Amino acid sequence: MFLINCPYCGERDQQEFKAGGEAHIERPKQPTELSDDEWAEYLFMRKNIKGVQFERWNHAHGCRKWFNMVRDTSTDDIKAIYKMGEKPPTQ
Amino acid sequence: MRNKYSVFSLIKNALSHHENWQRAWNDPAPKKEYDAVIVGGGGHGLATAYYLAKKHNMNNIAVVEKGWIGGGNTGRNTTIIRSNYLWDASAGLYDHALKIWESLSQELNYNVMFSQRGVMNLAHNLQDVRDLKRRTHANRLNGIDAVYLSTEEVKKFCPIINTSQDIRYPVLGGTLQRRAGTARHDAVAWGYARGADAMGVDIIQNCEVKGIKRNGDSVEGIETTKGFIKTKKIGVVAAGHSSVIANMAGLRLPLESKPLQALVSEPVKPIIDTVVMSNAVHAYVSQSDKGELVIGAGTDDYVSYTQKGSHQIVEGTLNAILELYPIFSRMRMLRQWGGIVDICPDASPILSKTSIKGLYFNCGWGTGGFKATPGSGDLFAHTIANDEPHKLNAAFNLNRFVSGDLVDEHGAAAVAH
Repeated sequence: MFLINCPYCGERDQQEFKAGGEAHIERPKQPTELSDDEWAEYLFMRKNIKGVQFERWNHAHGCRKWFNMVRDTSTDDIKAIYKMGEKPPTQ
Repeated sequence: MRNKYSVFSLIKNALSHHENWQRAWNDPAPKKEYDAVIVGGGGHGLATAYYLAKKHNMNNIAVVEKGWIGGGNTGRNTTIIRSNYLWDASAGLYDHALKIWESLSQELNYNVMFSQRGVMNLAHNLQDVRDLKRRTHANRLNGIDAVYLSTEEVKKFCPIINTSQDIRYPVLGGTLQRRAGTARHDAVAWGYARGADAMGVDIIQNCEVKGIKRNGDSVEGIETTKGFIKTKKIGVVAAGHSSVIANMAGLRLPLESKPLQALVSEPVKPIIDTVVMSNAVHAYVSQSDKGELVIGAGTDDYVSYTQKGSHQIVEGTLNAILELYPIFSRMRMLRQWGGIVDICPDASPILSKTSIKGLYFNCGWGTGGFKATPGSGDLFAHTIANDEPHKLNAAFNLNRFVSGDLVDEHGAAAVAH
């Protein structure tokens, strides 16, 4: 349980939010040309990192907007939050 | 050679104030090389080592554990054992385990306190009723005992349940598997450790894996905090940390690791002599032999390795428990904890070879791995020893995420994931 600083609403309790999984997984540009292995990679395979991970979150019980988060999954410390479409922080 | 546990050994040791019991397993330093190394000293890992030694004559093997044996999810689960799964592949897998449970204490000469007190699953809406009836029929076609109970029969089997029809989610019926029940989770790890150790398996605790050495497409050994260990076969049974090990080998797995919580109350006199699970409102409860109510809560929806969960998850579960069991309203909760569960997209496990020769994964058990411990160890040992899956775990391969032949047990498995 932790607080999340929604880029649109400010700091709110985590239970207002819905986790959306790993961020920056790009939808295949030409789906018809994908092999089964590539589909599996896109649909199912995840980094599931213990440490700093990039993920998507949705303020489901608030503004309902999506945004990105950099979070350390071994401590639940939030390192950065940025809007959809913005470049992920490098540090 | 291990001394046999019996009533006579108990009396003999009582006379010497229990100060001369033989060590149950050794604490060896790792050898330079093993025929196989199991990564993870929980119930599943120790069972794998036990059956590798017992059924496949692989005695030059080791189990490496980063903490102490049974200190991860083996010691954190709610100890429920059942096999009433919907799909044929799952029914085969979980009932194989249940059959081994039935004689496990005798086989290990270690009392795992397996108690077939029955597991009841409740229905709270019409769709639940239809799903549970369907599952009862599917179970019986697969030779698994299952009966459907009316609301009155539920009340008769477990009188403390509030079956009043004016509560928010009234009980409309339920299923009962009488062969299901609970076991003492620590004893399972200790029993398998003692059995494996007696056959020459090295159990190496406080030994964390830091890297997997590969030579092209096959494995050569593991880097650990106690040095390099050479081996041609590595069986990874690391539960919530499976992806961490997979990343070391350059593999990706279809897993997400999330905190799952449980809690126990102060001990009280016997009040509930079965296990009751309720999927729709996510509440399940049983009573331990010490008298504590053992309550399982849900998972958080975000990836985390912190072994703690969110407060509202526990709150939601306790709300449901209180509505179903008003008699518990004055109970005080004693302890609460979290474990990290590795969840597959289809909520079924992976017991599989990988694209790397000599690297095997037993993972993805998600929220319900404890019940499968003996069967999982047996089938994974078969897979490692023969480099081929047993027919009972063939469906649980890693390739199902490519072929699309998933074993979708979400919801169908009688409990929400």
